[in-house]
Amino acid sequence: MIDTASRIALVMMAIALLLNLWRLLRGPATADRIFALDTMYVNTLALLVLLGVWRGSPLYFEAGLVIAMLGFVGTVALCKFLLRGRIVE
Amino acid sequence: MSRLMPQPVISVALLVTWLLLNNGVSAALLVSGVVLAVGVPLFTQHFWPEYVRTVRLVPLVRLVGIVIHDIVIANLRMVVLILGPVSRLRPQFIVIPVSLNEPFAITLLASIISLTPGTVSANLSGDRRSLLVHDLNVEDPDTAVQRIKERYERPLMEIFE
Amino acid sequence: MVEIIVSFFLLAGAGFALIGSIGLARMPDFFTRLHGPTKATTLGVGGMLIASATHFSTGPGTSLHEVLVTMFLFMTAPVSAHLVSKAAMHLDGSFTEERRGGGDSTREDAD
Repeated sequence: MIDTASRIALVMMAIALLLNLWRLLRGPATADRIFALDTMYVNTLALLVLLGVWRGSPLYFEAGLVIAMLGFVGTVALCKFLLRGRIVE
Repeated sequence: MSRLMPQPVISVALLVTWLLLNNGVSAALLVSGVVLAVGVPLFTQHFWPEYVRTVRLVPLVRLVGIVIHDIVIANLRMVVLILGPVSRLRPQFIVIPVSLNEPFAITLLASIISLTPGTVSANLSGDRRSLLVHDLNVEDPDTAVQRIKERYERPLMEIFE
Repeated sequence: MVEIIVSFFLLAGAGFALIGSIGLARMPDFFTRLHGPTKATTLGVGGMLIASATHFSTGPGTSLHEVLVTMFLFMTAPVSAHLVSKAAMHLDGSFTEERRGGGDSTREDAD
């Protein structure tokens, strides 16, 4: 049962990521692209957790943790760059 | 005691985070956790301009309940808005006057507004007195402002002031 | 029983994440696009993490480190949405100080 549910959920996550990618490529504003990238990070985290449950391995979780942190820091750095023109002040 | 543990709240939070991160409790983890919980606040003391204040617990628990309820229940309403026809949406900016004084409380208010469906906080004014909020579907701006002030700001005031 | 709970949360999580992404893709302007991902996607990942915590807690031992990521996400999602909207306003010239409700809290102490 979990196997079937995981397969369906995997397809849904793949569609979600493709929609994010479409927004990332299309824009139109830079802020749209940054936000699309941020959403992709969060969705990738969900995908990794899902893979962990499906394969029954807790190792995917560590990768998810790293992606969550990098995603947030990356978004903040990009936004600060847009706002100020530099990141470290 | 206060010199060894300048930030007791942060120390406890660090210990809990450490145990959660390692996904278990054992003697070795507890010892290393306590070392971190005491050491990290000591070394980062100068980065914290203010002490983390104690808060009132009963209103805090009630607010957490309200927020979780709102996130789950009203997200279902969001689904209808997102999947429904775009022309039916009435997006609009509303300005919420903030009466909270503590920066941390204002941060919490802005975060709660962003997490509860229909609204995203977009900008806080320079004097920290008004919050610009984007609402996805406004029927009446005044009721929307009143609802946020009653539901989220009042409990926050009870907790911090 | 546990299988049903895990499957339910997996599907609910994926559903919310998908709906958030649909919102990002089909909404007409930037600020309406902000709504889907900040809420629905965060809740979706939350559901997925509940499923994972339940799944790995049924065998020997418990698994609670999912709580950590859930809390991290619920803390960071509003912050990144706030920053992106600030950046969008900064780049879009039509947002004057007055339309923003008076100035910008991150600017006063800088420059």
